[in-house]
Amino acid sequence: MDARRESEPTSTKNRTTVERTSERELVVTRTFNGPARIVFEAWTKPELFKRWWVPKSMGMSLLSCEMDVRVGGRYSLVFGDDATKPAEFFGRYIEVTPHSRLVWTNDESDDGAVTTVTFEEKGGKTLLVLHELYPSKEALDAAGTGAADAMSETFQQLDELLVSLGASSGRS
Amino acid sequence: MVKYERARLDASFAALGDATRRGVLEQLGRSDASITDLAEKFHMTLAGMMKHVGVLERAGLATTEKVGRVRTCKLGRRRLEEETAWLERYRQLWDARFDELDQVVEELKRKEKADGRKKRE
Repeated sequence: MDARRESEPTSTKNRTTVERTSERELVVTRTFNGPARIVFEAWTKPELFKRWWVPKSMGMSLLSCEMDVRVGGRYSLVFGDDATKPAEFFGRYIEVTPHSRLVWTNDESDDGAVTTVTFEEKGGKTLLVLHELYPSKEALDAAGTGAADAMSETFQQLDELLVSLGASSGRS
Repeated sequence: MVKYERARLDASFAALGDATRRGVLEQLGRSDASITDLAEKFHMTLAGMMKHVGVLERAGLATTEKVGRVRTCKLGRRRLEEETAWLERYRQLWDARFDELDQVVEELKRKEKADGRKKRE
């Protein structure tokens, strides 16, 4: 219908970086090709949030997603599928600054981080910085394996596949 | 299994939490070295260096081998890769999320544009 493809995203994919900046901190950065108000919206409206928070590759589904995005408001994410028991992740928003800053707690365990997400708009693009501060070094170490565990179903299968492929092609 | 992996990672991160031990790993990354070499390089006693190497060894970050009277240290390569592996897995998780978030952002942009044509705010 429309021959012009003006809204086509510029083809190069933006890079996601993860860095452990201290014993207790992890920082994830990514640029999005859209204004901060739109990116912020995708983080604060449950119907949008649940479309991307659980990527297909995770092999899990989000059973419920509730978010009361205001200072002191609660959120709850319940994950589960046939293979694993449902797991609830929950906490409270402790800072909500529209289009620029979100801070929430992760209260499902004593080792949960405080997550700060900032949205910085520049030239129609948004630099997103997600910062996690853990209560202790040990908590972050455990979370690292936890994150791996979260994807372990998929990754274990992938690992097994790679091992079997490697074995059959002579690589280990 | 998960518990075992976690214990191993805990040991690895504990081992990496010390500047001397990180230095030793860096050094071993360049070339294998004897405990005596390492002790000299880091201005330590032999016993002190053996302790550090022991921690690295238990964490699987280094291996040692005694040939004659010399104990040579090497990088425990596989384990180091595992350390970066969890960060990489974590990155992949976020990357996968953000790829899907890109789609949501594109859709919202299109919608905003279409709405904007109908009624300018």
